Amino acid sequence: MKDISQDIRKQFLELDVDISLEDIEERLDKLINKFKVPKDEARRSVINYFLKENNVPRSEFYTGQSESPQKKISEMNMDGKWVSFKGKVTQLWDNSHESISQAGLVGDDSGIIKFTKWANAELSDLVEGQNYLFKNVVVNEWNGRYQVNINKTSSIKNIEEEIEVGTATVDFSGAMVDIQSGSGLIKRCPECNRALTKGACMEHGKVDGVYDLRIKAILDDGVTAQDVIVKRELAEQVTSLTLENAIALAADALDQTVVLEQMKKLLVGKYYTSTGSRVDRYLIAESLVEIPSFDPDELDELIAAAEVV
Amino acid sequence: MAEYTREVSRRIFAQEFKDSNLSFKDGDDQYAPQYLLTPTAARVNRMFIVGTLVEKEDIGTDSEYWRGRVIDPTGSFLIYAGQYQPEAAQVLAECETPAFVAIVGKPSIYTTREGDILTSVRPESICIVDGEVRDMWVVDTAKNTLFRLNELDNSSSDVVKAKEYYNTDSKLYYSMVADALKSLLESE
Repeated sequence: MKDISQDIRKQFLELDVDISLEDIEERLDKLINKFKVPKDEARRSVINYFLKENNVPRSEFYTGQSESPQKKISEMNMDGKWVSFKGKVTQLWDNSHESISQAGLVGDDSGIIKFTKWANAELSDLVEGQNYLFKNVVVNEWNGRYQVNINKTSSIKNIEEEIEVGTATVDFSGAMVDIQSGSGLIKRCPECNRALTKGACMEHGKVDGVYDLRIKAILDDGVTAQDVIVKRELAEQVTSLTLENAIALAADALDQTVVLEQMKKLLVGKYYTSTGSRVDRYLIAESLVEIPSFDPDELDELIAAAEVV
Repeated sequence: MAEYTREVSRRIFAQEFKDSNLSFKDGDDQYAPQYLLTPTAARVNRMFIVGTLVEKEDIGTDSEYWRGRVIDPTGSFLIYAGQYQPEAAQVLAECETPAFVAIVGKPSIYTTREGDILTSVRPESICIVDGEVRDMWVVDTAKNTLFRLNELDNSSSDVVKAKEYYNTDSKLYYSMVADALKSLLESE
């Protein structure tokens, strides 16, 4: 009980409110020992009592003392977790809803995450390319992606420090077990670069699309199935199929999906190593290299391991 | 809602696959995925096989229904592809035998009227590959199988279930793996 009272006193001192230890202890003692209130509840009740007594607004006390832990963006993978972090605003989007003041992407050296700044947070506008310290923002999951919400209890501070935005590169090796729909020859919206579905953009409706090539592949090592996104340049390189060829191919067949079929025929079933950066569940490939044969040393090691028993 | 995650393609040798017949659903939901639990406690909803397609036959009566036999160093896999696996059926219809093939598919179990249990694979895709890929698959599958064998002392629920059901003789599978790997030395 001594600890609790000292703790409470310390927290109040941080707000420049000095309460004597005896007063705190007396109240705590009464609640815990006489009225059999559980410790946590007693603590809360005592805090509330002194807050009222000293006219301290509750929000000040609670945000003041319990600052959320500072995290890297790559660690923000828990739904409902409150965090603080330093990041650079890398992109601001046009936002479509009046209750949202700003939305976009913010990054640090570990990754990039989407943020939403709510209008009722009444915080000043963020500027693209600026570095900030975000305090008390909440992480949530939507459609399998994590994002941060900046709300009423959050605060944003401009910082001098220049934040290097980058994502650590990782590599993954496995068999390509599938190339998913949305691969091959696709069209993108000329305004926002989104891939079109049935000739329409999610945001801008019916538009004249721009052709592009991409591969959404699954590499699988028997333990993990990794989504890998291969952009045009690399896709052309691994399939030896240029965008022009692909357009011609599709025009001949009167069917865009022949390109996907061709890619599947060329790539699926073989082993690859891909390096790139991880964004959500995707690996954005910088390289995709076929593994030509097994490693004889590995074979020897495995034989030894299998024969031990 | 939890994020949809794709089922991993497990690596299993034909011999172990043939020994497997414990299938179960993960949950009561109508759409809950079906799994096959193997003697080394691989939980299989999807598998990746590379081997030699040695036979193929259209056994369908009304529509095409292809049966193929794919050989690995430990035995053979039966694969069946019909109208609901159009891509795979087309490859089977067009390819020559023998050929090295890479197959991604789902395990399926069938009990005959006599009570025999047959395991087969329903392919999602079949691709023609070369001998190098086939050898890499043997190494890959050996590695995955060894990993599972080394985890058999552990008390995860799948391991306990597999050992209880199959009374798994791990020595048998260790030597299966060793033999499969050594077959690669001979061919060099």
